[in-house]
Amino acid sequence: MTRKIQGTKIKETVKRLCVVSGTVLRDDIYRALKASYSAEKSGSRAKEMLKVLLDNADIAKKDGLPICQDTGMVAVFVDIGQDVVVEGGYIKEMINEGVKDAYREADFRKSVVKDPILRKNTGTNAPSVIHFDIVKGDKISISIMPKGFGAENKSKIKMFNPTVSPLEIVEFCVDVVKDAGPDACPPYILGIGFGGTMEDAALMAKKALLQPVDIKSKHKHLAELAEAIKGKANDLEIGVMGLGGGSTVLGVNVAAGPTHIAGLPVAVNVSCHALRGASAII
Amino acid sequence: MGKIKRISSPFSEKEIISLKAGEMVLLSGIILTARDQAHKRIFELIAKGEALPLDLQGQTIYYCGPTPPGNRVIGSCGPTTSGRMDPFTPEILAMGVKALIGKGRRSEDVLQAIKKEKASYFVAPAGAGAYLQKKVISSKVLCFRDLGPEAIYELEVKDFPLVVGIDAKGKDIYSRLK
Repeated sequence: MTRKIQGTKIKETVKRLCVVSGTVLRDDIYRALKASYSAEKSGSRAKEMLKVLLDNADIAKKDGLPICQDTGMVAVFVDIGQDVVVEGGYIKEMINEGVKDAYREADFRKSVVKDPILRKNTGTNAPSVIHFDIVKGDKISISIMPKGFGAENKSKIKMFNPTVSPLEIVEFCVDVVKDAGPDACPPYILGIGFGGTMEDAALMAKKALLQPVDIKSKHKHLAELAEAIKGKANDLEIGVMGLGGGSTVLGVNVAAGPTHIAGLPVAVNVSCHALRGASAII
Repeated sequence: MGKIKRISSPFSEKEIISLKAGEMVLLSGIILTARDQAHKRIFELIAKGEALPLDLQGQTIYYCGPTPPGNRVIGSCGPTTSGRMDPFTPEILAMGVKALIGKGRRSEDVLQAIKKEKASYFVAPAGAGAYLQKKVISSKVLCFRDLGPEAIYELEVKDFPLVVGIDAKGKDIYSRLK
């Protein structure tokens, strides 16, 4: 019943995903930037800058250069089938070895410090932040999200009362965008987690960013919330680089989970326009 | 990008004063990278009464921590968030720095210091490090090599695209977003 997977296979997969995600912009994001470019007024600074972003993605892909110099701290989402046995290495070490190999060989910036107070750089961009889940089956699914901290720094969580109105939730999420302003590389993509516990909401928010930005939630009430947040955020007219225009938020991805009768956690993870990621199944 | 004003760094006072917030420009010349830890180091040296290993007079500072160069002149090299450098910036300007390049908003203190020192703050295309890499002709570490990507690099740039964020009169393109 069990399937054996070699640790080296995991390491190589993580390495490949890191390199691809750092140099090749996600298709859905590229399409969204292109749509924004088409929508902006010709001759506007916003349109010029969106052109620069599209050119940037083309150059990065062609030359194997990082899309952004902030090649991020890597979040790794690993779903392990319960019938899998990992051989030849501890899975956590294999993942971090893959990150190290990628960042060294692809000349990515090493942005991870070992201790948040002492702040000494590890020099390898490891460790990554790894989220494991046990699922049915005999496969391992790995998703990589290297995220820069310009945008991560603008993310927020709030523990609402259960009686909060949808409008208040929308306002909180829009205020996160307002606070981020032009600082964190708009147009933004928001990952929003509703419910769970505090840490669960934050995790749902980040995981929501793994989903394509052009897919709506299957749940009508969540899709409506996402739409309202996106509409009001775009009304702020922050625009690309804060230069105005309608391209403030490219997409709002939402996720929700069961929560307690006394609360409603809402976490908003802000991503810059260079939302990077790649996935594979072993 | 059509007809865009070309400017060069280090700046003459005349050129700085002629810039208007919101204007797009192409910058050529010498700029120095410095971000969080380089700023911290400069202020630690000053606090200890030690001499700085560089002359800031008339210089342009670019808030940037590039990726390693590999076999290129430099790696990806877009701007980092300027606001984190706000606590240091009024003194940096008082030391003679004439121009700053980064992304995002600045504090009121920084705005007033820019006005007082007749300096300028530019914003560079954010999240376009590969694009900007093509605009760098040469790069060398000037000091603080131990800081890795946060070392101070001297870059020579050609037609580096910028928008004037705060001009010498204190006009700020982001005043509506504060």
